[in-house]
Amino acid sequence: MSVTDVEKDLENLTLTVVAHFDAPVEKVWQLWSDPRKLERWWGPPNYPATVLAHDMTAGGMVRYFMTGPDGEVSRGWWRIHSVDPHKYLEFVDGFAQADGTPVAGDPTTRVQVRFSERHGGTRMEVRSIYSSREHMEQIVRLGAVEIFVQSIDQMDALLAH
Amino acid sequence: MVVDTYRDETVDHLFHALADSTRRDILRRSMSGELSVSRLAHAYPMSFAAVQKHVAVLERAGLVVKERRGREQIVRADLEAVRRARRALDELELRWRDRVNRMSGLLTSGGDPTDGPGS
Repeated sequence: MSVTDVEKDLENLTLTVVAHFDAPVEKVWQLWSDPRKLERWWGPPNYPATVLAHDMTAGGMVRYFMTGPDGEVSRGWWRIHSVDPHKYLEFVDGFAQADGTPVAGDPTTRVQVRFSERHGGTRMEVRSIYSSREHMEQIVRLGAVEIFVQSIDQMDALLAH
Repeated sequence: MVVDTYRDETVDHLFHALADSTRRDILRRSMSGELSVSRLAHAYPMSFAAVQKHVAVLERAGLVVKERRGREQIVRADLEAVRRARRALDELELRWRDRVNRMSGLLTSGGDPTDGPGS
């Protein structure tokens, strides 16, 4: 097992997964920085990812889509916040429309990845910070219709008019 | 069960449940803690049965859970919310475990061609 530690913080809606690989940091970094490698692990075998654009610099965008077993396509994007090769990567992951632009109001996840050398191999820590419980569930269902009470007060105001 | 929770029918229930101001108020109250249906009935100018009906609609939409405690019916929203958050995090953990396993596989195969279709 490569995963050495998992930490779930329900209050802060944060999931931290720590993994160890018997490979040098450069190789592990390449799994993220090389789009052809990235698309071989980002999606599950029945939902493979295809990376369309891959600009891994601060402010750059990664655009991808995933193809489901019935041919259905869900599109996503990363907006890169911070890159320190072989050490740190931070980006926001979200859903995209057919033209690749972010879906306004849809859930996003902030992902922080830390890489370090450990016992001749690599320690990789992936921290995912979800914006809300509703968003978390929506991400889990990947595009499934999930409408929830974001703000009941807001609805009250809307319906009062 | 988990997968089928979010079908169109569920969304219809949800909209129906939230389309009424009394139900929205009950939901808001139940989010800050446990409530008894009889106490709720005192808060609104309507019969106990009418309040019970509203609670049933919220329950069907999955927004509140109802529990009988002695003679009282207790309504609450929090516990289910926590359970759902946990379940969502569990699923996301699995997703990342799978990803890490695939990464591991890629690192040990040393970049050899896969059995995948390529393009």
